[in-house]
Amino acid sequence: MMGRLSPNAKTASLASLMALAMTGLGFAAVPLYDLFCRVTGFGGTTQRYDPVAAAAEPQILSDTISVRFDANVSPNLPWKFYPEHPRDTVSVGARDMAIFIAENNSSQPVVGTASFNVTPTQAGQYFTKIQCFCFTQQRLEPGQQMRMPVLFFVDPKIKDDPDARDVQEITLSYTFHPSDPVDEGKKAS
Amino acid sequence: MTDIAATAPAHGHDHAHDHDHDTPGFFVRWFMSTNHKDIGTLYLIFAIVAGIVGGVISGMMRWELAEPGIQHLVGWAQFFDGAAGEVQAKHFWNVMITAHGLIMVFFMVMPAMIGGFGNWFVPLMIGAPDMAFPRMNNVSFWLTFVAFFMLVGSMFVPGGSGLGAGTGWTVYAPLSTSGSPGPAVDMAIFSLHLAGAASILGAINFITTIFNMRAPGMTLHKMPLFVWSVLVTAFLLLLALPVLAAAITMLLTDRNFGTTFYDAAGGGDPVLYQHLFWFFGHPEVYIMILPGFGIVSQIISTFSRKPVFGYLGMAYAMVAIGVVGFIVWAHHMFTVGMSVNLKMYFTAATMVIAVPTGIKIFSWIATMWGGSMSFKTPMVWSLGFIFMFTVGGVTGVVLANGGVDTNLHDTYYVVAHFHYVLSLGAVFSLFAGFYYWFPKMSGRMYSEFLGQLHFWIFFIGVNVLFFPQHFLGQQGMPRRYPDYAEAYAFWHLISSYGYVIMGVGVLIFFANILYSLVAGKRAADNPWGEGATTLEWTLSSPPPFHQFNELPRIA
Repeated sequence: MMGRLSPNAKTASLASLMALAMTGLGFAAVPLYDLFCRVTGFGGTTQRYDPVAAAAEPQILSDTISVRFDANVSPNLPWKFYPEHPRDTVSVGARDMAIFIAENNSSQPVVGTASFNVTPTQAGQYFTKIQCFCFTQQRLEPGQQMRMPVLFFVDPKIKDDPDARDVQEITLSYTFHPSDPVDEGKKAS
Repeated sequence: MTDIAATAPAHGHDHAHDHDHDTPGFFVRWFMSTNHKDIGTLYLIFAIVAGIVGGVISGMMRWELAEPGIQHLVGWAQFFDGAAGEVQAKHFWNVMITAHGLIMVFFMVMPAMIGGFGNWFVPLMIGAPDMAFPRMNNVSFWLTFVAFFMLVGSMFVPGGSGLGAGTGWTVYAPLSTSGSPGPAVDMAIFSLHLAGAASILGAINFITTIFNMRAPGMTLHKMPLFVWSVLVTAFLLLLALPVLAAAITMLLTDRNFGTTFYDAAGGGDPVLYQHLFWFFGHPEVYIMILPGFGIVSQIISTFSRKPVFGYLGMAYAMVAIGVVGFIVWAHHMFTVGMSVNLKMYFTAATMVIAVPTGIKIFSWIATMWGGSMSFKTPMVWSLGFIFMFTVGGVTGVVLANGGVDTNLHDTYYVVAHFHYVLSLGAVFSLFAGFYYWFPKMSGRMYSEFLGQLHFWIFFIGVNVLFFPQHFLGQQGMPRRYPDYAEAYAFWHLISSYGYVIMGVGVLIFFANILYSLVAGKRAADNPWGEGATTLEWTLSSPPPFHQFNELPRIA
């Protein structure tokens, strides 16, 4: 079909295709960026423990890392949300559990989802969660208080990364947002 | 094209109009124009009007910033918004910085460089009768026109804590999403969509024209550098603007349809918007400056009476700047939280751009070296451009360092930097091009005295205006603030004096245009002598309504 077009129409069509492709790339950036963050831990994105892919239990090193817990609530969510202990010291590679406490102060049941990351951001790649309340939505009845666990470990590979091996303290931060209870589980990552 | 050309003569005879043989009547000629020169003129007039609007807004900002404290803002907001308090007044400040940025970028520099000079001179320089798609050219102009009114209109509708969109030209989420309820930001975004569509259509038009409509013998490697610069710019537009369109479309759906592309509450990330915006935004700054490079190359060569030094190096330096410009975007966002490696990459990649830019500066100087130079108005503007752009380039290399930028990010140092490359770089090249081609476009000579006077007053004004902003930035003055601590008062006051000097310079510019149109001497076909070798100087001044009915042959 291109053969029958005039040279001008051909050039213009090719140029339009380039513009369309770039528009597509603009939108494709959304899933690509998400994937990129998950794979590289970019922006402090934490990793999720995959028992199938994990070859063996991580080796426990003698080095310790201090982990601080930070809890925030979106202004639109009538909850109180705080860590049971503000910090913990863990051996690199060892599993640890932290408890966060959420309280619904309103008179209605509310569903919330937590977004999360760690700082310094280069630790995201090595901060692995085995189990987390942030994987699913949480529903609190009026006045209900809930203790929510996070089970995690710091991957010993952090000690092999020249950018991250000096990290002495990692801050794990959560922010609870109100969520639409319909799409249960969609946001888990 | 053919429709109007065919009907116009009959029309002219019937009503005994005094037009050229095939020039259409006033309404058809200017409102339904398909002639690249007329559309270029429309773009230039449009850019001048938009420049006045954007310039008046910046003058109001300098007035407010002349002293610490809030002096005039509340009064202006009351005039503008009726019963306005301090919150609305501060919102009005944000509206002004947003409007100034968007107007100057999308409705002054881009229309003047690409729509104005590009339309006028690309076909003339390559020996083409017109642009490849004259009607699409017309569509581009009127889309830009509507986009401008959309943006100005957004200043009169609610945008959160007051009237208008107060998001900054970057329209970052979440300020532009959950932070700005009301239709103003939607209108501003839609305005960007329209302006972007206009530019993409324009880019397709230029690419097609330059690739397919060169006169016999005009090979790519014989094209004047201005044509090269527009070609590279057109590709940048084609590749960068669609990404902006996608990014701001997602802003719109986040605002209105409950999506969460940039909202962490729904699994999105506001930093993604910054990546998309700057993937467009960095090439955008080259879109604004590359045609200026082209203009300055023509002028330096003309007034040195020498062909430009290192022609191929000049052409491919622009290509290199365009290509590398796409892979440096995150240097605008060093402070969002990036690993050291990433910062190192973006620092190094950014500094690499200094190499082709250095080639250009070197070649301009080498063109002048041993040349028979004459310091006519376009030439002094071009020399001013080289000086100012180099200053802005040097501060750019400073800011390119991820570590240094952590300190200088969002300070007046950045403001000074980008005004040196744009307000002094791009705008100087625009004035240079305007004086260079004004005799060709209008058929009249400008006043050399007023042109020189305009240059010197403007040159002093902008330097007094922007140089102290380096000091303010290094002392920590943040950008986009209407108020500041007492310690910054001195240099802010000097900076505001600079605006007044610059404003006087602009008045001389308008006086010069007026004088030239009323009483200017008739311009010869080639008023610049043997140094002006490009094809537009082989035509009459102004050129005939249709040129190159017989294509020129380039030896």
